[in-house]
Parts: sequence; C-alpha cells; structure tokens
Amino acid sequence: MLTRTDSAGTTMSSGPGSFQFMNQYVKALKTPEVVGLCSNFGFSNTYVNGNKIKLNTKFTNSDFWKVTDFDFLEGKPYNDQQINNRDYVAVITDGLRDQYFEDGDHGVVGKYIEVESINYRVIGVVRGSPATRLYTYSDIYFPYTLPKSNYEDKGVNGSYVAMILGKKKADLKAIQSEFDHMITQLPPSLWNDGGRFSVLKVNAETFFDHAIQSFGSRKTTQLYTIFGLVLVMIIGLPTVNLVNVNVSRILERASEIGVRKSFGAPARALLWQFVIENVFITLIGGVLALVLSLIIIEMINSSGWIAYADLAINPTVFLISVGVCFLFGLLSGVIPAYRMSKLKIVEALKS
Amino acid sequence: MIILENIEKVYRTSSVETLALNKINLHIKKGEFVSIMGPSGCGKSTLLNIMGLLDEPSNGKVAIDGNAVTKYSDQYLSQLRNQKLGFIFQSFHLINDLSVIDNVEIPLLYRSSTAKERKELAQEALEKVGLSNRMKHFPKQLSGGQKQRVAIARAIVGKPEIILADEPTGNLDSVMGNEILGILQKLNEDGATIVMVTHDDEMAKKTHRLIRLFDGAQVQ
Repeated sequence: MLTRTDSAGTTMSSGPGSFQFMNQYVKALKTPEVVGLCSNFGFSNTYVNGNKIKLNTKFTNSDFWKVTDFDFLEGKPYNDQQINNRDYVAVITDGLRDQYFEDGDHGVVGKYIEVESINYRVIGVVRGSPATRLYTYSDIYFPYTLPKSNYEDKGVNGSYVAMILGKKKADLKAIQSEFDHMITQLPPSLWNDGGRFSVLKVNAETFFDHAIQSFGSRKTTQLYTIFGLVLVMIIGLPTVNLVNVNVSRILERASEIGVRKSFGAPARALLWQFVIENVFITLIGGVLALVLSLIIIEMINSSGWIAYADLAINPTVFLISVGVCFLFGLLSGVIPAYRMSKLKIVEALKS
Repeated sequence: MIILENIEKVYRTSSVETLALNKINLHIKKGEFVSIMGPSGCGKSTLLNIMGLLDEPSNGKVAIDGNAVTKYSDQYLSQLRNQKLGFIFQSFHLINDLSVIDNVEIPLLYRSSTAKERKELAQEALEKVGLSNRMKHFPKQLSGGQKQRVAIARAIVGKPEIILADEPTGNLDSVMGNEILGILQKLNEDGATIVMVTHDDEMAKKTHRLIRLFDGAQVQ
C-alpha cells in the first residue's frame, strides 16, 4: 500500500502502486531473487453460445509466474518475448476452460478465447486459485502490455502489486532495508504531486503483516498487540468458563472425594486424578475440534462457496492448538482439583 | 485397639460455641464388637468420625492399634485409614459411575497392588457378602440391602483390623438390617474389631458392649 499525505495529514492518497513505479524501482532491487508484478483483478465478460460469463482479469509480468506456485495443467506461462511483442495470449483457469470450451478435456492450448471483442490465444491452463488469495486470484491472466492494463500510466499510484521472492527466508530484513533505502532515494517530484504531498509511506511487508495492516493505520506491533489481546480474550473467556464448569463438575463429586479419602486416598492422589481426568477430557475436545474442522473444511472445499477453495489443516497450527488444549486442560483442572482435594472428609461425605 | 483420651469436639461459629463431645475416654479392645447409642445430635457420628480419623478432635488423644495420632498430616492419616480402618456408612456412599467390583477395589487403589491382585481380593470380599454374582452391576441396579453389602465388601477388602459402621442398617428394613448385622457378626467372629453407631436397641443388644452418649458425654 502506497500512501501519500501532506504534512498535517489532512490530505491523503492511498492505494496500490503504478506499473511504472513497481517496474522501475521495486523490480530494480538487488536482494530479491525475483519480483513478480500483477494488477489487482479487474472485471470483464465473455460469451459462449450467447451466454454471458463474468470474468475476473489480471495483468502480470513474466516473473509473476516464477513467484507464484500455479499448477499448469496444460501449456505454459507467457514469456518476456511474448510480452514485449504484445502477443494476444492468455493463461486461463481450468474453471474458465470448462465453461468456455465444450471439449476442454481434449486440450485448449492454441485455441482462442474472445474477451471484449479481442481474440486471445490460450497458451496455458492453470488450476484456479480461490478468491481469498487476493493477489493471485483471477479467471484469466494477460501480459501487462495488452490493452486496458494501464501499464503506461505515470505517477506512483496505480493498480499494481509487487510480489517479492527472496533467495532465502533470512533475506527478508535485507530486502526490507534495501526497499526502505530505495524509497528515501526517490526523487520527490515523482510522488509529491507538485508539492501537494510531503510524506510518502510505503513498505515491503510480509503477506500477514500486510493483511493485519489492512485493519488500521497503526504500527504493526500495535496491531499485533491488539490482535493478541483479542485472541487472549477469545481463548481466556472460555477458559474461565471451563474452570467454573470444572468446579461445579468436581463439586458434584464431593461425596466421591469423601469416600476415596476415607479409604486412604491422599490429597495428592486426588489432585492428580482430577487433573489427569481434566486434561484427558480437554484433549478429547481437541480431537473432536480437529474432526469437526476437517469436516467443515471438506464441506467448504466441496460446496463451491469459495471457488477453488483448497483449505487444509496446518499441522503446525494444529499441534500448537493441541498444546493450548493441554495447557488449558491443566490450568482449568488444577484450581478446582486443588480446592476439592483439600475438602474435609466429613463435609465431603455430607454433600 | 482404639484408645480415646479426654476427647473433646467443639464446633465454633462467629456467635455460638457448641460442645459436641465432652471428655470422652474409651478403650476398645481387639476383637470387640461395640455399639454406640444415643439420641440424635448427641455426638455419636462425631465420635465415630474421630475414631476413624475422618475428623480431628479439638482436644484429647487418639491411638489406633498402638499408633498415637499426634500429627494430623494428610499423608500419615491416609495411610492409617487405608491400612487399619474400614468404613460403612448409613447412606452407603457408593460411586454410581463405578461398577460393584470397581467400588470394592477403591481402598486397594491407594496401596501397591496389581490390577489382578485387586480383582482377586475384591471378588473374595464380594463372595463373603454373597454378592459375587453382581460384580458387573452398577449401584443403581441394586437394592438397599445389596448396596450396603457392597459397602461392607469395600470396607473389608483391604483386610483392615477395625471396621467402623455409622448406622449401617439405618436405611434398611428389619429383614435386611438383620442380614447386615449377621454379616458384621461373622466378620467379628473372624477377628475384626467393630464399632457400630445405631439407634436400634435390638441391634445393640447383639453386640459385646454398649456405649451410650447424651449431649456429648458418655453416660454408659
């Protein structure tokens, strides 16, 4: 996100960058391995047998295909030569292929697709990506040099995003510093709009940080804190509730505690019994949550609510969740179990 | 077997102080079958609870089978209760979620014994009370008399030398009550020392010795 403001912050212009800015300055960075450029998706229509098909369109450079991880079912992406030649070529998704070409199963590379009265030669078919992947999702992909890409627009703001692939994960910081340095070196005339703006804010961010930033204009660390607090609340409230449920659940068993103590159960043994029971019950809850998640994910994936949805369980996130289940099982069990193990036998037997 | 010296139990609230037991001195010998009687609220159950180390006296000394109870630490008392004492309660106090045999095994869970040993001992105890055919049943499937027999099996499974019974026939009809008393008498003949709280004169007459309490004091 590229934001320009005046010194008082009263006038603001904010949005993606222009192709020229991205191509000239971001693509020139030395530390990244590849810089893919693509426009935000646009809208268009095509017709087959008189029926309208609504399309999302995207213009990209050739490196876009190197940064992304598309699965080419047929053909290949366009290269720099095709881009420079302004060849009317396109990469389409399997979904569009199935809608547009009746005999799509037999291969469509080399066939033509007409979009807004222009025939494009299909040179590749990719497995479609879900709309939730904002920067890669589209139905059809064109070289950025083709009509309506606005790639020659001047100025820093436009409709393009740069996706940077580092040589290795540890390069992120170096890429960010090179990017920040490049921004400071930009000639002010490029972005100050004849003195209208005096502040330029633009960052090279990870996708997650960028997504978080879209919730507000605060600093990333502040946003992490806010999200962290919200998470703690979301998890904390059920934990407090769980402690209360456990207290009443264990209180109902006061008579059992009395009996066990009468026959020689030390407080420590009872404490362990209740804690282990609780952890076990919480872990059963975790397993149920996993099964439900798998079912819901499968339902979403197969329902078509999100086109090309390919949601999956992340093993790391799942293991952390199991750890959290274990921890909360322990925490929510220890307090009531400790109280109950200290219960006087005579009082426990009376209840 | 059980020695109580100058036992006092005082219940205190912010405004009232109630003397539940007043200088009780008792010596119960090994192999005795003793009954404790008295009107409601005279301190019978409190006395039994103190003998069974389920409650702590305000003053006085308790000794169980030569072990003077001077410290009331959880670990020490748990061990004494587990090794020396068996309890039978008026309202049975069986754990409804556990089967009959699992209920009977409870005292053995707090000793070093294997699952096989526990099962064998529990079966033996249930045979003694005539319930070996109900091992897999749950308490809710049993009659009052059967429940109390399970409770007796639980009390004797660890082979304790002392059995403390708090109105064991209180919730049963006379036929069942006599059956339970018969089992207790048999256990006593086999060597167990039994102290039983009861309201029933007829039951009390069948024991070796009667202790009467009135307003927390021993009157007989």
